[in-house]
Amino acid sequence: MWFFTHVWIIPALMVLSFLVILLFGKRMPKKGSEIGILFVGIAFVLALATGANWWTWSRGGPEVTGKASEAAALSHVQKECAPVAAKEYEESQEEGKAEAAESKGTKEKSGEGAFGRSVAAKASEKGGEPEIATRPVVRCLTWFHTGDDVMTVGTLVDGQSVLMLIVVTLISLLVHIFSTDYVGGDRRYTHYFAFLSLFTASMLFFVLSESTLQMIVGWELVGVCSFALIGHWWEEKPNTDAALKAFLTNRVGDIGLLVGMSVLFFGAGRSFSVLDVNILANEGAIRHVVLLVAACCLITAVMSKSGQFVLHTWLPDAMAGPTPVSALIHAATMVVAGIYLVARLYPVFFSGLSIAGSSVNLLAVIGAVTALFGALLAFVQKDIKKVLAYSTVSQLGFMVCSLGVGAWTAAMFHLFTHAFFKACLFLGAGSLSHACHHSFNMVDDMGGLRKIMPRTFWTYVIATGALAGIFPLSGFWSKDEILAGTGSFPGTEGANGSYHFMLVMMLLAAFCTAAYMTRTIWYAFFGEFRGHGHPHESGPRITVPLMILATLGAVAGLANLPPSLQIIDVPSGVATRFEKFVEPVGLYFPAISHAGFNLGLALLSLGVGISGIVVSYLYFWKGSFRWAQGLSSRNKLAGRGKKFLENKYYLDWLYTDVIVRFVKYPLANAANWFNQNVLDGVVNGVGRGAVGTGRWVYDNVDQKVVDGTVNGIGAGASGAGGVLRHLQSGRIQQYAALFFIAAAVLTGVFVVAIG
Amino acid sequence: MLLNQFLLLSAILFSIGTYGVIVRKNGVLVLMSIELILNAVNINLIAFSTYWGLGGQVFALFVIAVAAAEVGVGLAIVLLIYRNRRSIDIDTLDELKG
Amino acid sequence: MSNLLAAAASTSFAAPANVAFAVLAVFMIAAAVRVVTTKNVVHAALWLVVVLGGVGINYLLLQAEFVAMTQFLVYLGAVVVLFLFGTMLTRAPLGVSDDLDNNQRGLGIFVGVLLFVVIAFATITMFTNDKLTFEAYDGRVTTAGSNGRTQAVSDAIFGSYLIPFEVVSVLLLAALIGAIVLARRD
Repeated sequence: MWFFTHVWIIPALMVLSFLVILLFGKRMPKKGSEIGILFVGIAFVLALATGANWWTWSRGGPEVTGKASEAAALSHVQKECAPVAAKEYEESQEEGKAEAAESKGTKEKSGEGAFGRSVAAKASEKGGEPEIATRPVVRCLTWFHTGDDVMTVGTLVDGQSVLMLIVVTLISLLVHIFSTDYVGGDRRYTHYFAFLSLFTASMLFFVLSESTLQMIVGWELVGVCSFALIGHWWEEKPNTDAALKAFLTNRVGDIGLLVGMSVLFFGAGRSFSVLDVNILANEGAIRHVVLLVAACCLITAVMSKSGQFVLHTWLPDAMAGPTPVSALIHAATMVVAGIYLVARLYPVFFSGLSIAGSSVNLLAVIGAVTALFGALLAFVQKDIKKVLAYSTVSQLGFMVCSLGVGAWTAAMFHLFTHAFFKACLFLGAGSLSHACHHSFNMVDDMGGLRKIMPRTFWTYVIATGALAGIFPLSGFWSKDEILAGTGSFPGTEGANGSYHFMLVMMLLAAFCTAAYMTRTIWYAFFGEFRGHGHPHESGPRITVPLMILATLGAVAGLANLPPSLQIIDVPSGVATRFEKFVEPVGLYFPAISHAGFNLGLALLSLGVGISGIVVSYLYFWKGSFRWAQGLSSRNKLAGRGKKFLENKYYLDWLYTDVIVRFVKYPLANAANWFNQNVLDGVVNGVGRGAVGTGRWVYDNVDQKVVDGTVNGIGAGASGAGGVLRHLQSGRIQQYAALFFIAAAVLTGVFVVAIG
Repeated sequence: MLLNQFLLLSAILFSIGTYGVIVRKNGVLVLMSIELILNAVNINLIAFSTYWGLGGQVFALFVIAVAAAEVGVGLAIVLLIYRNRRSIDIDTLDELKG
Repeated sequence: MSNLLAAAASTSFAAPANVAFAVLAVFMIAAAVRVVTTKNVVHAALWLVVVLGGVGINYLLLQAEFVAMTQFLVYLGAVVVLFLFGTMLTRAPLGVSDDLDNNQRGLGIFVGVLLFVVIAFATITMFTNDKLTFEAYDGRVTTAGSNGRTQAVSDAIFGSYLIPFEVVSVLLLAALIGAIVLARRD
């Protein structure tokens, strides 16, 4: 349990590594790379330890039974972080305790004591092992609070996060080692390692988030690191352009992220806690339309970050960065952040998009379309990294589609295996270019490297086989599980819906995948060497990671063997170990059903993959399909098709030349015109009006009326004086006359009034 | 005899005297007009004395005495004015003009 | 005597007192008008004599003999002489002179008319038809309403009105001294 409550150390270590490399890296003998490798190695070890702990914890293992009372008393969900979850888990603990008190000794059901009602409810489905409710461990600190809302930052440990911890730290470690050779002598070597550490820290931070706010922060952080690393050689303009494109395209999707998270915040009763949102969504406490809106908004975010169709345009351009960066970020870790987001908030999607029981939904459609369209684009690339980039786009489409059809574990499993073989492919491409003077143009600069670089060749082939889904490599198992999950192939049972369209698209995509990967192998490893110089095999720091990854890519499939292969059964201790590790059971995860292994489908997908390889082999090695060679220059339709693919479905043209140009020129000009003429016109008009009014008031009111009054009073006074001064003429007789008049008047008054 | 006839006579004389005070330029003539006024008053007093009692006659005697004294002093002043200005035109005595 | 008295008290026009009064009044008014309008200073003084004489005769008509005598003595004897002396000493233009009136004739007429109207109105409304009664002299000294004989007057002066008498005498003294002081040459 100590590892769960202290799992924050792992990202913290990587942050520390970042700071140390920045401050001291230049002075170190290996220019900071040793710090990076050291810290990421420690992080990897800690991640493995956490994984081992989770393994026992998730099975209600000896750690709990040994200290049953202590562990039961320990609340695994801190109340401040996820109040709803804490309350529910406490209630279920009480129930479980009551049940345990009743039925002591019945080991099958609830031998470990304090487990939820799902224990009794869910009888064992697979091989008689009881389904145990997952107990995620949540710890948090209060970040800040405004009014009644509290924002927390903390960690959420469950199978998913632990899996990602292991994957990220492992790939990061291998990439670190690879980079010491690949970017050795680079102009900004220390800076590069610092950012690798920062990226690892950001990804780990994202993966361990326990609040949606934290997820947004992590999301943006990995975007920033991606920007920095893609533009590592920013002196050349195409690199900065690519970095900007990546960042800005991601920004478009981030609008959806922010809106979606806000919708969820309000939908879940003003709570940012991931666990609370999931539990509320799962129980149906959030209205369906709210979930649907949130799901659609979050899907835009996933489209940009995980390179789904229409917002995938940044991924191929991101290949301008160093190859280890591409391997780490754009194959194994950052692009799967979108997949992780969907997987983490799965109840929202499962309920919002009504995945169960339907045959089409937004997520599945986007995934399927991406899978096929990305694969088609890979056929016309000359740059080996671009081929791999489109392959990543396609495989991410597979994962998204898998989530869309309800095969959650299949998606996570494919994520797991894809990380290994795709990283292996990218690092292999790096090894190739290292030998070919840093050129990635396989058509023009490579060829016939099979004999010269055997290790690179064999690891590349194994990884390609995994990617193509060849039995018994890992890709076969994960891809088959996805295809079974669509529920469309007749005979599959236990799927959540029946997604026919998706199955067809994915089978086509699998065919294309196998075909273009074989094309790549032909161009890179077979034929005559078309470049210049003398290529040679790369050093151990490059080849050893390749070998490790190829091995993992080969055997990782055994982690999630289905319980029954229809012809033989798999022993229950071995089957679906991955699923038990990763898939949550309980309050915060919907009750999805798992499709069983279908031999027919497995043979079909294997056949599709092999036929793709065969077709490519025939075309390239044997030179068959002569009629197809040069087809695009002879046939107008084929030529237009190729041009369409080469221009990447004109999406870049749409974005840059149509949308951006519209905003830059007509829209901006219109806004400027409006501002200058209308707004400023109004303001100026008001100003002029005020000035005119002021002048009018001055002229008429001030000068004439006010001054007139004042002057008039003065003139009146002086006039009256002028008149009245005649009274004082100095002539006595006049005074006398006045006396007499006054006396007469007074007398008259007295006489009349009184008399 | 009516009382009123004496009173009206007195009023007429008084008005004429007032007219003279205002109109005449020569100082002596002004003084004469003042005499007219005083005499009109005296007639009034005596007429009322017949009507009401002896006080009117006594008052009239005093008025005569005072009028005489006043004429004397007034003429002395006129003489002084004449000595200073060589004319007793009252219109020219407007030093108090405002 | 009593029929004279009765005649005097009557208001009929034919009574001798009324006739006398009417004639006298006409003379006096004419003379007064001449005083203020004549262009000859000396003539003005002479007309003043007529007025003052007429006033005295009015006193006689009102049976105030002592006052009438005093009037004749003081006014006609002294005041008019003073006026004539003043005229001469100040080299008043002898003979017809046009320069005796200022240009305020309108104001003067207005004031005069106003005064006359006010007084006449007051007197007529107050004392309409009040008759003057004349009583025979019966030797009694002072009675309210007695017409007053010399003795009664003198008794009043030296009796009730002694102090005003003394004051007037002091006043005369002051006036005498004042006039002399003012008019002496030095």
